[in-house]
Amino acid sequence: MTGSAGGAVPQVRALICPNCGGTVNLRGYAQTLNAVCGNCNTILDTRTPTVTILQTFQTKQRIQPLIPLGSRGKLDGAEYEVIGFQARETASDGITYQWREYLLYNPYRGYRYLTEYDGHWNDAKTIPMLPEFGKSGRKEAASVNGKLFTHFQTAEAQTVYVLGEFPWQVRVGEKVTAKDYINPPEMLSAEITEGEVVWTVAEYTDGKALWSGFKLAGQPPQPQGIYANQPSPSKGRIASVWGMFFKLTVLLFAVMLVLLAIERNEVVFQQNYTFTSHAQGEPSFVTPVFELKGRTAAVQVKIDTDLDNNWAHFNFALINEETGNAYDFGREVSYYAGRDSDGSWTEGSRSGSVTIPGVPAGRYYLRVEPEMDENSPSMRYASQAMSYTLSVKHGAPNMIWFVIAFFLLLIPPIVVTARTIGFENKRWAESDYGSPLASLSSGGNDD
Amino acid sequence: MSQPAANCPNCGAPIQFRWSSGVQTTCEYCKSILVRTDVDLKKVGEVADLPLDASPIQIGTEGAYNNKPFTVIGRIIYEYDQGNWNEWHIVFSDGASGWLSDAQLEYAISFLAPQKAPPKETVYRGSSLTFDKQYQVTSITKAHYAGVQGELPFEYWDKADVTFADMRTSTADFGTIDYSEEPGLLFLGRVVEYDDLKLKNVRQFEGWS
Repeated sequence: MTGSAGGAVPQVRALICPNCGGTVNLRGYAQTLNAVCGNCNTILDTRTPTVTILQTFQTKQRIQPLIPLGSRGKLDGAEYEVIGFQARETASDGITYQWREYLLYNPYRGYRYLTEYDGHWNDAKTIPMLPEFGKSGRKEAASVNGKLFTHFQTAEAQTVYVLGEFPWQVRVGEKVTAKDYINPPEMLSAEITEGEVVWTVAEYTDGKALWSGFKLAGQPPQPQGIYANQPSPSKGRIASVWGMFFKLTVLLFAVMLVLLAIERNEVVFQQNYTFTSHAQGEPSFVTPVFELKGRTAAVQVKIDTDLDNNWAHFNFALINEETGNAYDFGREVSYYAGRDSDGSWTEGSRSGSVTIPGVPAGRYYLRVEPEMDENSPSMRYASQAMSYTLSVKHGAPNMIWFVIAFFLLLIPPIVVTARTIGFENKRWAESDYGSPLASLSSGGNDD
Repeated sequence: MSQPAANCPNCGAPIQFRWSSGVQTTCEYCKSILVRTDVDLKKVGEVADLPLDASPIQIGTEGAYNNKPFTVIGRIIYEYDQGNWNEWHIVFSDGASGWLSDAQLEYAISFLAPQKAPPKETVYRGSSLTFDKQYQVTSITKAHYAGVQGELPFEYWDKADVTFADMRTSTADFGTIDYSEEPGLLFLGRVVEYDDLKLKNVRQFEGWS
């Protein structure tokens, strides 16, 4: 070791506990101000030439740090050693929550913390700047380096157990106000005491990565529930999944336009007819044969009538002359109009169409069976007949497939969005703001 | 800028100032605090044993700030109820002088600023002070002088209690007012990361690199 004009070369020290005579190893050199004798739960002042007792505390049970004191591992590319440990508690609605904080030390780079709650780990460092305060929606917010953190909760935290050593004063029973702001996977926290406010930024950290980094045996505890700054597994995907939906919809629309342009959409048959409801004989008839050419495509049968305040129903069969294959379908057309206090109105349409997808080429004819309301006023007193035009188009693209495809495309973005909302609801249920549902119902009770 | 060697008026050991503007230094052999006068060196006091400390910085440590190399040539040590901290006196290759503070391994570099510090009674934790930027006072610390070492730009020894007002901005600027005299001395600078200082000739810690 090189000598130093600063006096003693830093060496790992050991103290004898004045309370129980046990040995207390110091890993933090002369930086250490308080050290705990784990043997008799005594906090010692390591700065005084004769080690003095600062506090002897009672504890219900000794808490074993999951990462033992003295463990070393790399964080941000530098090695750190666990030198201190404390358990803290906060009470909310009669329930006590406890989390554990590990103090890490590097003799050049200083201190940082690992915190653990219910298997969720965070890697925290103090920040050199002061946050700026603002709002995020209706919640209080703080920004650091232009990054906005939304207030999550404020709680009073009490130290219930300490182990190891600290470069500042620690006592069991000591209380601080802890304010947490989140921007997952990061969390900004203020630890407020009478004399100062310490700001840290923590990053949500995978327990498994810590276990391998600190070369620990076994497995880290399985995380329970959702932690305040735990990144949502689907959040980053919302934008991409909606972006993909938008691209695919544009593509679908383009395909639709191309199909509309290239399909033949040819009128293969058109004829005017008159239907009289009280006429004698069978109302059904067949059309002349028409030819559907080219490849299998949709057939559109269109009806244009002169209905007035009446309805008509058409039963159709599109029959292949050669094979006898028939497509049966029906269509109702109704049109009503009038005047009332609000002015004139109309309902329905004089026209209608039916599209039959996937009709192979061949020679076809239509069997048509019209039917009308014989008791309607128009039938009894006015015109006795309905004129109509039937037209048959071949190659008419069937829009229903595009509509179905559109709704299928909507499924992934909706599922991802719903999952994200569910995750965020669970996250915020643990905050000072409760879940959105809880706040709705409590708002309702206030009325 | 090499200075003619003088001898310690107490023990006769050779004394050489590394920095032409140095006002005070300590004799490495007899721990005398020496102040430069027009003609010679005058012993003004004696350094008691320095408190144990584990700063990685020592006299002779070299580093860089804003790409300007500096050398550590002296320090003042303060003690307060949460331990102690070092104000390392650094000089740059162009002769400029500044301070590298190491408080529990949180580092900041600052320079004596021309602005006038507000009176001590008007400054409290949370005060907003505007100099080159808007600062907020984050702590008022009552410390006492615990020792000096090496070369300093002024006479500074055997002080009693000193009040410090530390300040920060939202962009990691750092400021401190030293109320050891009235009006206080204002220092402004930045909080720095250890790795950004690119320090050489630091202290060694067994088992650490």
